[in-house]
Amino acid sequence: MGMEARVEDRAEAAPHTQWLPSSRSSEFWAGVMGVAPLLLGVIPFGLIYGVLAVGIGLAVPLAQGMSAVVFAGSAQFIAAQLLGDGAPLLVIVATALVLNLRHLLYSASLAPYLQTLNRGWKALLAYLTTDEAYAVAISHYLDGRHAPIWKHWYFLGAGLALWVVWQLSTAVGVFLGAQIPAAWSLDFALPLTFIAIVIPALKDRATAGTALVAGVTVLLALQLPLKLGLMTAILVAIAVGALLDKQRPTRPAGTRH
Amino acid sequence: MTNHPMTNHPLSLWLTLLAIGLGTFAYRFAFIFFLNEIRLPGWLARPLRFVPVAALTAIIVPELFVRNNVIALSWQNERLLAGILAMLVAWWTRNVLLTIGLGMVALYGLQWLM
Repeated sequence: MGMEARVEDRAEAAPHTQWLPSSRSSEFWAGVMGVAPLLLGVIPFGLIYGVLAVGIGLAVPLAQGMSAVVFAGSAQFIAAQLLGDGAPLLVIVATALVLNLRHLLYSASLAPYLQTLNRGWKALLAYLTTDEAYAVAISHYLDGRHAPIWKHWYFLGAGLALWVVWQLSTAVGVFLGAQIPAAWSLDFALPLTFIAIVIPALKDRATAGTALVAGVTVLLALQLPLKLGLMTAILVAIAVGALLDKQRPTRPAGTRH
Repeated sequence: MTNHPMTNHPLSLWLTLLAIGLGTFAYRFAFIFFLNEIRLPGWLARPLRFVPVAALTAIIVPELFVRNNVIALSWQNERLLAGILAMLVAWWTRNVLLTIGLGMVALYGLQWLM
Protein backbone atom coordinates (compact mmCIF):
# COMPACT_ATOMS: atom_id res chain seq x y z
CA MET A 1 0.00 0.00 0.00
CA GLY A 2 2.92 2.33 -0.63
CA MET A 3 0.84 4.44 -3.02
CA GLU A 4 -1.70 5.55 -0.47
CA ALA A 5 0.25 8.55 0.70
CA ARG A 6 0.49 9.85 -2.85
CA VAL A 7 -3.04 9.19 -4.00
CA GLU A 8 -4.76 11.06 -1.20
CA ASP A 9 -3.65 14.52 -2.21
CA ARG A 10 -4.92 14.43 -5.76
CA ALA A 11 -8.52 15.56 -6.13
CA GLU A 12 -8.86 13.88 -9.51
CA ALA A 13 -7.70 10.52 -8.20
CA ALA A 14 -10.07 7.61 -8.79
CA PRO A 15 -12.40 6.84 -5.87
CA HIS A 16 -10.60 4.68 -3.37
CA THR A 17 -12.50 1.69 -2.04
CA GLN A 18 -11.30 2.36 1.49
CA TRP A 19 -12.34 6.00 1.70
CA LEU A 20 -14.90 6.74 4.38
CA PRO A 21 -18.21 8.12 3.07
CA SER A 22 -18.28 11.92 3.00
CA SER A 23 -20.37 14.81 1.72
CA ARG A 24 -20.29 18.61 1.81
CA SER A 25 -22.18 18.80 5.09
CA SER A 26 -20.42 15.87 6.77
CA GLU A 27 -17.06 17.45 5.95
CA PHE A 28 -18.22 20.92 7.06
CA TRP A 29 -19.39 19.67 10.47
CA ALA A 30 -16.33 17.44 10.85
CA GLY A 31 -14.28 20.63 10.40
CA VAL A 32 -16.30 22.41 13.07
CA MET A 33 -15.79 19.47 15.45
CA GLY A 34 -12.12 19.18 14.50
CA VAL A 35 -11.41 22.72 15.61
CA ALA A 36 -13.71 22.61 18.68
CA PRO A 37 -10.99 21.72 21.22
CA LEU A 38 -8.92 24.68 19.98
CA LEU A 39 -11.89 27.03 20.43
CA LEU A 40 -11.50 26.61 24.20
CA GLY A 41 -8.15 28.35 23.88
CA VAL A 42 -9.45 30.95 21.40
CA ILE A 43 -12.31 32.21 23.59
CA PRO A 44 -10.20 33.57 26.49
CA PHE A 45 -7.74 34.92 23.92
CA GLY A 46 -10.51 36.87 22.15
CA LEU A 47 -11.95 38.11 25.45
CA ILE A 48 -8.55 39.36 26.58
CA TYR A 49 -7.90 41.05 23.24
CA GLY A 50 -11.22 42.91 23.50
CA VAL A 51 -10.54 43.99 27.07
CA LEU A 52 -6.99 45.09 26.18
CA ALA A 53 -8.02 46.96 23.03
CA VAL A 54 -10.63 49.16 24.72
CA GLY A 55 -8.38 49.39 27.79
CA ILE A 56 -5.70 51.25 25.81
CA GLY A 57 -8.32 53.70 24.57
CA LEU A 58 -9.20 52.22 21.17
CA ALA A 59 -12.75 53.14 20.10
CA VAL A 60 -15.20 50.22 20.07
CA PRO A 61 -15.66 50.09 16.24
CA LEU A 62 -11.87 50.04 15.77
CA ALA A 63 -11.33 47.38 18.44
CA GLN A 64 -13.97 45.12 16.92
CA GLY A 65 -13.15 46.11 13.33
CA MET A 66 -9.57 44.89 13.79
CA SER A 67 -10.92 41.38 14.50
CA ALA A 68 -12.74 41.38 11.15
CA VAL A 69 -10.08 43.17 9.06
CA VAL A 70 -6.94 41.53 10.45
CA PHE A 71 -8.33 38.27 11.93
CA ALA A 72 -5.02 37.18 13.45
CA GLY A 73 -4.89 37.11 17.25
CA SER A 74 -1.24 37.71 17.98
CA ALA A 75 -0.93 40.52 15.37
CA GLN A 76 -4.01 42.18 16.88
CA PHE A 77 -2.47 42.01 20.35
CA ILE A 78 0.79 43.49 19.12
CA ALA A 79 -0.98 46.27 17.23
CA ALA A 80 -3.16 47.14 20.24
CA GLN A 81 -0.21 47.04 22.62
CA LEU A 82 2.00 49.21 20.38
CA LEU A 83 -0.87 51.67 19.86
CA GLY A 84 -1.17 51.93 23.65
CA ASP A 85 2.58 52.54 23.90
CA GLY A 86 2.31 55.40 21.40
CA ALA A 87 4.38 53.75 18.66
CA PRO A 88 4.31 55.37 15.18
CA LEU A 89 1.64 53.84 12.96
CA LEU A 90 4.17 52.70 10.33
CA VAL A 91 6.15 50.81 12.98
CA ILE A 92 2.93 49.12 14.09
CA VAL A 93 2.15 48.00 10.52
CA ALA A 94 5.72 46.77 9.98
CA THR A 95 5.84 44.85 13.26
CA ALA A 96 2.46 43.19 12.69
CA LEU A 97 3.47 42.20 9.15
CA VAL A 98 6.75 40.69 10.37
CA LEU A 99 4.80 38.71 12.96
CA ASN A 100 2.35 37.51 10.30
CA LEU A 101 5.06 36.36 7.87
CA ARG A 102 4.32 32.82 8.98
CA HIS A 103 1.11 32.97 6.95
CA LEU A 104 3.27 32.77 3.82
CA LEU A 105 4.30 29.32 5.02
CA TYR A 106 0.70 28.25 5.60
CA SER A 107 -0.25 29.53 2.15
CA ALA A 108 2.60 27.63 0.50
CA SER A 109 1.75 24.48 2.42
CA LEU A 110 -2.00 24.53 1.67
CA ALA A 111 -1.79 25.74 -1.94
CA PRO A 112 -1.34 22.34 -3.65
CA TYR A 113 -4.62 21.09 -2.17
CA LEU A 114 -6.68 24.12 -3.22
CA GLN A 115 -5.72 24.36 -6.89
CA THR A 116 -8.96 22.87 -8.23
CA LEU A 117 -11.12 25.46 -6.41
CA ASN A 118 -12.48 28.62 -8.01
CA ARG A 119 -11.27 32.12 -7.07
CA GLY A 120 -14.10 32.76 -4.62
CA TRP A 121 -13.26 29.64 -2.63
CA LYS A 122 -9.55 30.41 -2.74
CA ALA A 123 -10.09 33.96 -1.46
CA LEU A 124 -12.49 32.80 1.26
CA LEU A 125 -10.21 30.03 2.53
CA ALA A 126 -7.18 32.35 2.34
CA TYR A 127 -9.01 34.90 4.51
CA LEU A 128 -9.93 32.15 7.00
CA THR A 129 -6.35 30.83 7.31
CA THR A 130 -5.21 31.27 10.92
CA ASP A 131 -2.74 29.28 13.02
CA GLU A 132 -5.54 27.04 14.31
CA ALA A 133 -7.41 26.63 10.99
CA TYR A 134 -4.14 25.79 9.25
CA ALA A 135 -3.27 23.18 11.86
CA VAL A 136 -6.55 21.25 11.54
CA ALA A 137 -6.98 21.76 7.78
CA ILE A 138 -3.51 20.51 6.84
CA SER A 139 -3.83 17.43 9.05
CA HIS A 140 -7.17 16.66 7.37
CA TYR A 141 -5.66 17.09 3.90
CA LEU A 142 -2.88 14.69 4.92
CA ASP A 143 -5.38 12.15 6.32
CA GLY A 144 -5.78 9.49 3.66
CA ARG A 145 -8.98 7.98 5.02
CA HIS A 146 -11.29 10.58 3.45
CA ALA A 147 -11.96 11.35 -0.22
CA PRO A 148 -10.18 14.60 -1.13
CA ILE A 149 -13.12 15.95 -3.12
CA TRP A 150 -15.00 17.66 -0.25
CA LYS A 151 -12.04 18.49 1.96
CA HIS A 152 -12.38 22.24 1.32
CA TRP A 153 -15.71 22.03 3.16
CA TYR A 154 -13.83 20.71 6.20
CA PHE A 155 -11.44 23.69 5.95
CA LEU A 156 -14.46 26.00 5.63
CA GLY A 157 -16.15 24.47 8.68
CA ALA A 158 -13.02 24.84 10.81
CA GLY A 159 -12.26 28.35 9.52
CA LEU A 160 -15.80 29.63 9.90
CA ALA A 161 -16.18 28.19 13.41
CA LEU A 162 -12.98 29.98 14.41
CA TRP A 163 -14.12 33.20 12.73
CA VAL A 164 -17.51 33.26 14.47
CA VAL A 165 -16.03 32.40 17.87
CA TRP A 166 -13.26 34.98 17.45
CA GLN A 167 -15.68 37.77 16.51
CA LEU A 168 -18.07 36.89 19.36
CA SER A 169 -15.38 36.53 22.01
CA THR A 170 -13.69 39.82 21.05
CA ALA A 171 -17.12 41.51 21.05
CA VAL A 172 -17.78 40.24 24.57
CA GLY A 173 -14.28 41.37 25.59
CA VAL A 174 -14.85 44.83 24.08
CA PHE A 175 -18.21 45.03 25.87
CA LEU A 176 -16.77 43.93 29.21
CA GLY A 177 -13.58 45.93 28.72
CA ALA A 178 -14.59 48.97 30.69
CA GLN A 179 -16.17 46.90 33.44
CA ILE A 180 -13.33 44.52 34.34
CA PRO A 181 -11.18 46.12 37.04
CA ALA A 182 -7.44 46.28 36.36
CA ALA A 183 -6.90 44.59 39.74
CA TRP A 184 -8.02 41.31 38.17
CA SER A 185 -4.74 41.32 36.21
CA LEU A 186 -6.51 39.66 33.28
CA ASP A 187 -3.87 41.08 30.93
CA PHE A 188 -1.50 38.45 32.41
CA ALA A 189 -3.45 35.77 30.55
CA LEU A 190 -1.79 37.04 27.34
CA PRO A 191 1.82 36.06 28.24
CA LEU A 192 0.45 32.87 29.82
CA THR A 193 -1.30 31.90 26.57
CA PHE A 194 1.88 32.56 24.62
CA ILE A 195 3.94 30.54 27.14
CA ALA A 196 1.56 27.62 26.59
CA ILE A 197 2.18 27.88 22.83
CA VAL A 198 5.93 28.53 22.85
CA ILE A 199 7.20 26.03 25.45
CA PRO A 200 5.97 22.90 23.61
CA ALA A 201 7.42 24.33 20.38
CA LEU A 202 10.97 24.33 21.80
CA LYS A 203 11.89 21.00 20.28
CA ASP A 204 15.53 21.40 19.31
CA ARG A 205 18.64 23.54 19.70
CA ALA A 206 17.58 25.94 16.93
CA THR A 207 14.13 26.75 18.38
CA ALA A 208 15.50 27.00 21.95
CA GLY A 209 18.24 29.32 20.70
CA THR A 210 15.67 31.42 18.85
CA ALA A 211 13.60 31.86 22.03
CA LEU A 212 16.66 32.70 24.15
CA VAL A 213 17.92 35.30 21.69
CA ALA A 214 14.45 36.82 21.26
CA GLY A 215 14.09 37.21 25.04
CA VAL A 216 17.55 38.69 25.62
CA THR A 217 17.37 41.01 22.60
CA VAL A 218 13.97 42.41 23.47
CA LEU A 219 15.27 43.35 26.94
CA LEU A 220 18.46 44.89 25.53
CA ALA A 221 16.41 46.81 22.95
CA LEU A 222 13.92 48.10 25.51
CA GLN A 223 14.98 51.72 25.12
CA LEU A 224 15.13 51.66 21.32
CA PRO A 225 13.25 54.62 19.81
CA LEU A 226 9.86 54.29 18.07
CA LYS A 227 9.14 51.01 19.93
CA LEU A 228 11.29 49.22 17.35
CA GLY A 229 12.65 46.84 20.01
CA LEU A 230 10.03 44.17 19.38
CA MET A 231 10.60 43.99 15.63
CA THR A 232 14.38 44.08 16.14
CA ALA A 233 14.21 41.18 18.59
CA ILE A 234 12.01 39.11 16.25
CA LEU A 235 14.32 39.64 13.26
CA VAL A 236 17.56 38.97 15.21
CA ALA A 237 16.09 35.82 16.76
CA ILE A 238 14.89 34.47 13.39
CA ALA A 239 18.38 35.04 11.94
CA VAL A 240 20.02 33.19 14.86
CA GLY A 241 17.51 30.35 14.55
CA ALA A 242 18.29 30.01 10.85
CA LEU A 243 22.05 29.98 11.58
CA LEU A 244 21.69 27.29 14.27
CA ASP A 245 19.52 25.33 11.86
CA LYS A 246 22.25 25.43 9.22
CA GLN A 247 24.79 23.95 11.65
CA ARG A 248 22.75 20.77 11.94
CA PRO A 249 24.53 17.75 10.53
CA THR A 250 23.25 17.56 6.96
CA ARG A 251 21.50 14.44 5.83
CA PRO A 252 23.25 12.25 3.27
CA ALA A 253 22.67 13.33 -0.32
CA GLY A 254 19.58 11.89 -1.96
CA THR A 255 17.33 11.80 1.10
CA ARG A 256 16.13 15.39 0.77
CA HIS A 257 13.30 14.86 -1.66
CA MET B 1 2.40 60.06 23.77
CA THR B 2 1.54 61.97 20.59
CA ASN B 3 0.49 58.73 18.92
CA HIS B 4 -1.82 57.48 21.60
CA PRO B 5 -5.01 56.10 20.04
CA MET B 6 -7.00 58.79 21.83
CA THR B 7 -5.04 61.52 20.02
CA ASN B 8 -4.76 59.81 16.63
CA HIS B 9 -7.31 60.62 13.97
CA PRO B 10 -9.72 57.65 13.63
CA LEU B 11 -9.12 57.64 9.87
CA SER B 12 -5.38 57.05 10.29
CA LEU B 13 -6.14 54.25 12.76
CA TRP B 14 -8.52 52.62 10.26
CA LEU B 15 -5.86 52.92 7.55
CA THR B 16 -3.35 51.26 9.89
CA LEU B 17 -5.69 48.33 10.48
CA LEU B 18 -6.46 48.11 6.78
CA ALA B 19 -2.75 48.01 5.92
CA ILE B 20 -2.16 45.16 8.40
CA GLY B 21 -5.27 43.33 7.16
CA LEU B 22 -4.44 43.66 3.48
CA GLY B 23 -0.80 42.68 4.05
CA THR B 24 -1.87 39.63 6.03
CA PHE B 25 -4.40 38.65 3.37
CA ALA B 26 -1.67 39.02 0.72
CA TYR B 27 0.48 36.51 2.65
CA ARG B 28 -2.44 34.16 3.04
CA PHE B 29 -3.48 34.11 -0.58
CA ALA B 30 -0.05 34.52 -2.23
CA PHE B 31 0.64 30.84 -2.83
CA ILE B 32 -2.98 29.72 -3.00
CA PHE B 33 -3.50 32.05 -5.99
CA PHE B 34 -0.13 32.02 -7.66
CA LEU B 35 1.25 28.57 -6.87
CA ASN B 36 2.51 28.06 -10.40
CA GLU B 37 4.02 31.53 -10.80
CA ILE B 38 5.97 31.83 -7.56
CA ARG B 39 8.12 29.57 -5.45
CA LEU B 40 9.21 30.32 -1.90
CA PRO B 41 13.02 30.11 -2.01
CA GLY B 42 14.56 27.86 0.63
CA TRP B 43 16.60 30.63 2.23
CA LEU B 44 13.29 32.36 3.01
CA ALA B 45 11.13 29.33 3.81
CA ARG B 46 13.43 27.75 6.41
CA PRO B 47 13.81 30.81 8.69
CA LEU B 48 10.03 31.38 8.60
CA ARG B 49 9.46 28.43 10.89
CA PHE B 50 11.17 30.41 13.65
CA VAL B 51 8.78 33.37 13.37
CA PRO B 52 6.20 32.18 15.94
CA VAL B 53 8.75 31.25 18.61
CA ALA B 54 10.74 34.47 18.07
CA ALA B 55 7.70 36.75 18.06
CA LEU B 56 5.81 35.18 20.95
CA THR B 57 8.92 35.03 23.16
CA ALA B 58 9.65 38.69 22.39
CA ILE B 59 6.16 39.51 23.67
CA ILE B 60 6.30 37.22 26.74
CA VAL B 61 9.65 38.35 28.15
CA PRO B 62 8.90 42.07 28.71
CA GLU B 63 5.54 41.12 30.27
CA LEU B 64 7.42 39.08 32.90
CA PHE B 65 10.70 40.99 33.34
CA VAL B 66 9.75 44.64 32.86
CA ARG B 67 7.84 46.75 35.37
CA ASN B 68 7.36 50.48 34.69
CA ASN B 69 9.79 50.36 31.77
CA VAL B 70 12.64 48.98 33.96
CA ILE B 71 13.94 45.40 34.13
CA ALA B 72 12.73 43.97 37.46
CA LEU B 73 14.78 40.87 38.32
CA SER B 74 13.62 40.24 41.86
CA TRP B 75 11.62 37.93 44.10
CA GLN B 76 9.18 40.81 44.54
CA ASN B 77 8.21 40.54 40.87
CA GLU B 78 5.18 38.24 41.13
CA ARG B 79 4.60 38.19 37.35
CA LEU B 80 8.08 36.77 36.78
CA LEU B 81 7.56 34.05 39.40
CA ALA B 82 4.08 33.13 38.14
CA GLY B 83 5.43 33.12 34.56
CA ILE B 84 8.26 30.72 35.48
CA LEU B 85 5.73 28.43 37.15
CA ALA B 86 3.55 28.56 34.02
CA MET B 87 6.57 27.59 31.90
CA LEU B 88 7.11 24.51 34.06
CA VAL B 89 3.42 23.62 33.81
CA ALA B 90 3.51 24.07 30.02
CA TRP B 91 6.64 21.90 29.82
CA TRP B 92 5.20 19.05 31.86
CA THR B 93 1.56 19.07 30.79
CA ARG B 94 1.59 20.72 27.31
CA ASN B 95 -1.93 21.82 28.25
CA VAL B 96 -2.93 25.38 27.29
CA LEU B 97 -5.85 25.81 29.71
CA LEU B 98 -3.95 24.31 32.65
CA THR B 99 -1.00 26.64 31.93
CA ILE B 100 -3.23 29.74 31.88
CA GLY B 101 -5.27 28.58 34.89
CA LEU B 102 -2.35 27.70 37.18
CA GLY B 103 -0.45 30.80 36.02
CA MET B 104 -3.35 33.07 37.02
CA VAL B 105 -3.80 31.23 40.35
CA ALA B 106 -0.07 31.63 41.03
CA LEU B 107 -0.25 35.37 40.25
CA TYR B 108 -3.27 35.88 42.53
CA GLY B 109 -1.59 33.84 45.30
CA LEU B 110 1.65 35.82 45.07
CA GLN B 111 -0.20 39.16 44.92
CA TRP B 112 -2.08 38.15 48.06
CA LEU B 113 1.14 37.11 49.84
CA MET B 114 3.15 40.22 48.96
